Amino acid sequence: MENIVQKINNLTIGFTSQKGEQISILKNISTSINKGETVGIVGESGSGKSTLALAMMGYVKHGLYTISGECLYHSNNLLDMNNRDLENIRGRKIAMIPQNAGQALTPNLKIGYQIDEALKLHTDFKKEDRDKKISELLNKVRLPSPEIMAQRYPHELSGGQQQRVAVAMALAGNPEILLLDEPTTGLDVTTQAHVLELLNVIAKDTGTSMVYVSHDLGAIARVSDRVIVMYSGEIVLDGPVRGILKNPIHPYTFGLLKSIPKLTSPGLPNSMSGSQPQPGIIKSGCSFFDRCNFAEDQCKSNTPDLEYLSDIKTSVRCFKYRDLINMKETKNDKIRSLNNNILENEILNISEVSITYAKQKFLEQLLNKTEDSNPTVKDINININKGETLALVGESGSGKSTILKSIAGLLKTKDGIIKFDKDIVLSNDLKKRDPANLRAIQLIFQNPDESLNPNHTVEEIVSQPLKLYFGLSGSELKQKIIEVLDKVRLGEFYLTRYPRQLSGGEKQRVAVARAFAAKPDIILCDEVTSALDVSVQAAVLNLLQELKEDFGTTYIFVSHDLAVVRAISDRVAVLYQGRLCEIGPSKHVYELPSHPYTEVLLGAVLEPDPDIKPKLVAEDIVEEKPPEQGCSFQGRCPRILGDICKKEVPPWQMGENGNSIRCHIKVDDLKKQQTIN
Amino acid sequence: MENVEQKQKSIFQKVFEIIKTMASKPSGLIGLIILSFHVLLALTSPFYVPYDYKAIDPSLMLQAPSSEYWFGTDSLGRDVFTRTILGGRTALTVTFFGSLIALIWGGSLGIFCGLVGGKIDDVVMRIIDAFLSIPWILAMLLIVSLLGTTTIVLIPALGFFYGKGIVRVARAATHDVIAKDFIVSARARGHSNLSIIWNEILPNVRDAIMVEGAMRWSWMLLGFSSLSFLGFGVSPPTPDWGLMISNARGLMSFAYWAVLAPIFGLSSLIIGINLTADAFAKALGIDRSTKAPV
Repeated sequence: MENIVQKINNLTIGFTSQKGEQISILKNISTSINKGETVGIVGESGSGKSTLALAMMGYVKHGLYTISGECLYHSNNLLDMNNRDLENIRGRKIAMIPQNAGQALTPNLKIGYQIDEALKLHTDFKKEDRDKKISELLNKVRLPSPEIMAQRYPHELSGGQQQRVAVAMALAGNPEILLLDEPTTGLDVTTQAHVLELLNVIAKDTGTSMVYVSHDLGAIARVSDRVIVMYSGEIVLDGPVRGILKNPIHPYTFGLLKSIPKLTSPGLPNSMSGSQPQPGIIKSGCSFFDRCNFAEDQCKSNTPDLEYLSDIKTSVRCFKYRDLINMKETKNDKIRSLNNNILENEILNISEVSITYAKQKFLEQLLNKTEDSNPTVKDINININKGETLALVGESGSGKSTILKSIAGLLKTKDGIIKFDKDIVLSNDLKKRDPANLRAIQLIFQNPDESLNPNHTVEEIVSQPLKLYFGLSGSELKQKIIEVLDKVRLGEFYLTRYPRQLSGGEKQRVAVARAFAAKPDIILCDEVTSALDVSVQAAVLNLLQELKEDFGTTYIFVSHDLAVVRAISDRVAVLYQGRLCEIGPSKHVYELPSHPYTEVLLGAVLEPDPDIKPKLVAEDIVEEKPPEQGCSFQGRCPRILGDICKKEVPPWQMGENGNSIRCHIKVDDLKKQQTIN
Repeated sequence: MENVEQKQKSIFQKVFEIIKTMASKPSGLIGLIILSFHVLLALTSPFYVPYDYKAIDPSLMLQAPSSEYWFGTDSLGRDVFTRTILGGRTALTVTFFGSLIALIWGGSLGIFCGLVGGKIDDVVMRIIDAFLSIPWILAMLLIVSLLGTTTIVLIPALGFFYGKGIVRVARAATHDVIAKDFIVSARARGHSNLSIIWNEILPNVRDAIMVEGAMRWSWMLLGFSSLSFLGFGVSPPTPDWGLMISNARGLMSFAYWAVLAPIFGLSSLIIGINLTADAFAKALGIDRSTKAPV
C-alpha cells in the first residue's frame, strides 16, 4: 500500500527496573498512519500515548529503550537511525507540536526570527523567500497582521496565539506527518475550539497526516478520522471515530465515554472503579480485567489479541466485544441526578464585592490614594443558600479563583461585604477571623500534588485540621482520622503513605478528607477535577456529591469546564473579566436565552460526539484588562448593539426561567436572535 | 495500589538508610571512612599519644622521621606525630559547633524571611548583603583581638560569619515551597506562622539546609585553620594544624616533615567532609550536578 506514511510493527518499549526486570511501557504496538489521515491517540495518563507519539519521531525517552519492533517511515526504521539521519526527517518530514507552546518558544527571540530559524533548518529558501514564507505561514494559522506579529516576543501573545505560532513553526518544513501532543490542553474552551478548527482546515488544505495525542475525547472527536484507544501500554481499540464514539465495543472505551460529563445529558456521570495498573504488574490476562464489568474467568488467564473486524473496520482487544456490539444503548444509563436538600437559609452573602490586584505606588501611599477605578473583580453580588452547589464559570482571567480566595480570606477585598450565616461579617484579614468561621469554610485545590505536603504522611495531612480546630490527640485523633478517611473510601493502610505513593485520584481524596475533617459548612472547590483523568474525575465528582448529601455541605465550585459544572451544580454564575454576566439555576443557564458570553462558551464546548459541532460565534481574543466603561464583554460580543454597550453598564434582566442576564439586549430579543442561528 | 501494610519508620531507621545510600557509592564510602576516622581520632587520641605534646627538648630539635619519632620532631623538639593526631581536636570541635550555630541561626532567619517576605525580608537581606561585603577574616581578626581567642568567642563568631550564606539558601528553599497550595491551605485554615514554619515548611527545606550546613563545615574548617595560621586561632602550646603549619613553614626547605603532617591531616579531613556532604546531598535527593532531562 503506497498510502501508508508510517507503519509501526510490534513495537515494545520499556525499561529495566531496579530489580533487573524488564518492564514494558508500550506492548506490541502495531498500527499505521495513512496519507492525509488524522489519527487521534487517546488514553489516560500513564497509558503510553506520549511514548508512542515520540517513538513516531524516532525518539525514545531517556531511561527507556526499544525492546523489539520497528517504527517505519516509508520503510526506514526510525528507531535504528543515527542522529544525523533523524535530523533530516524531524521537522522536514515529521514535525511535532508540543503541549505547552508558551514553554516551547524561546522567550527572548522574536516570533518571526524563530519561524525563520525553522525555515533555515528545514528548507532551502533564500532570505527574501523566507520572509515571504513567514508571513504566509502566520497567515495560514490565522494570526492577524503577520508583519507586526513577526516582530513580537512570545510573552506578548496569548496562549492560543502561541499555540498558533507553534503550528506555524511545525508547518515551516512542510512535513508529511504532524504530531500533536495535547496541543490544546492548557487553553481556554473558546481558544481550544478555534485551534482545533484551524487544525482541521490545515489538515484539509495541506493533506498532512496528523497524529493527535490527547486525553480529551471531545477534542479527538473534533479533529480525528480514526481513533486509537490506549490502555496500560496497549492498543485496545482502533477504528473510525464515529463508530468508536457512538458504539464503543471495548469495555474501557465504553466506561470512559460514560464517565465524561455531557451538556446534553445532565446529572453526574458514571465512574469507573479502580485505576490503571502500574507498568509491569499485569503478567498475564487482560490488563483491564480488574475494572471491567464484562469480565469473565478467561479474561484473567488469557491475554486477548487485537482482533480486526472488517465490517466496522475496527480492531479490538477484547473477548467480549460481541456483547457490546449487540448492546446498542439498551442498558439504561444510571446517571445520578442531584438530590440536594437546599434550605432557605442563606449561608453566604457576597454583596458589592470588588477586588483589585493593583498595588499602590509609593507616592500614592503617602498621599493615601487608594482609588483603582477598574478593579480586577467588580460588583459581585451573590447569595448562597445552605446545601446548595453554586458554580462559578469562566475562562482564565475571569476572576473566579480570585473570588474564591476572597471568601477564604486569602485575598483582601477592596469594597463590599462577605457575610456568613446571615449576620457574621467575615473580616478582610485572615488573622482577624474567628477560628470557628475559619473552620466553617474549607478549600480544596486543583492539583493535589501541590496542595498536599510531600513530606507528610496521609495521617499527618488529615490530622492538621483535627488538631487545630478540635484539639484532638492520641488515640482519639487516630480514630477520627480513620473515620474521615473511611468517608472518602480510603482504608486504614493509607495512614502511613506519603502523597507520592498515591495515584492522582487517591491524592485528591485525601485532600477532600482534609477539608471534610474540619466539619465545614462551606467548601470552596477550585478546579478540583481538572488535573485528574476523566474516569477519576467522575469518581471524585460522585464522591463530592455523596459527601454533600450526607453532611449537607454547601459547595462553591469553580471550573472552566461547562460540562462538569452542568453535572454537579444547582446554580451557575458566569463571569467575564471579573464581572458577573449571568446567574441562575444551572438548568436554565444552559438553555436559551442566555447572555452572549454564555452563548459563546456553550458553543465552544467539545462533546465526545462527532455529530455535535462547536459553534464559534466570537473571536478568541484575550483581553488584558476589563474595559473602563460599559459592558465587560463589549470587546468580543457577537451581538453588540453599539455605543450603549461601550458607555453604560448593562442592567440585570430577569430571564423567563429565573436566571438573570446582564445585557442591554432585551431577553426576548436575545431569545429570538439565538434561536435563529 | 497494592495493599501492603507499611510501618512508620523510626528516625534511627531513616538515618541508617541515608547512611547506607551514602555508602553505596565509592566517593561517599571514602568520605564516610575518612570523616569517621578523623572523628574517632579526635575522640580517642589523648588516650594513646606516644609523647607529651608540649614537652620541649632542644636536644631533639628537627629530627627526621624515624622509628622512634614517626613524623619527626619540630623546631622545639616536640614529637610531630603526637601533635598531628591531637591537632584536629580543637578545629573539629570549634567548627562542628560553629556550623551548628550557623545552621540554626542562618536556617531560621532564612525561613522566616522567606515566609514573611515584604519589607522585613528586604531590610534583613540588605543587612546580610552588607555583611557579606565585609571580608570575614578582617572582621574575625577584629573580634578576636577585642574578645580574645577562646573557644567561647571563636564558635559563635565563626558561626555568625558562616551563617550568612545559609540565610540565602534557606530563604531560596522557602521561596520554592511558599507558593505551593499546601501552604496556602494551612494559611486558610488559620494556622499560626510558627506552626506553618514547623509543620509545613521545615520538612521541605530541612534537607537543603542540612546539606548547605555540611558544606559550610568544611569551609569553616579551612577558615579556622587560616586563623590559627595567622596566630588568631588557638594559642600555643595547644596542638593545632594551622598553628603547626605556621610554625614550621619557615623551615620547610630542610624539615619538610613538620609541615607535611599537619597539611595532610587538614586536607584529608576537608576532603572527607566534602565527599560526605556530597554523598549526603545525593542520598537526600538534592543533586546539584544532575543534567537536564533531554
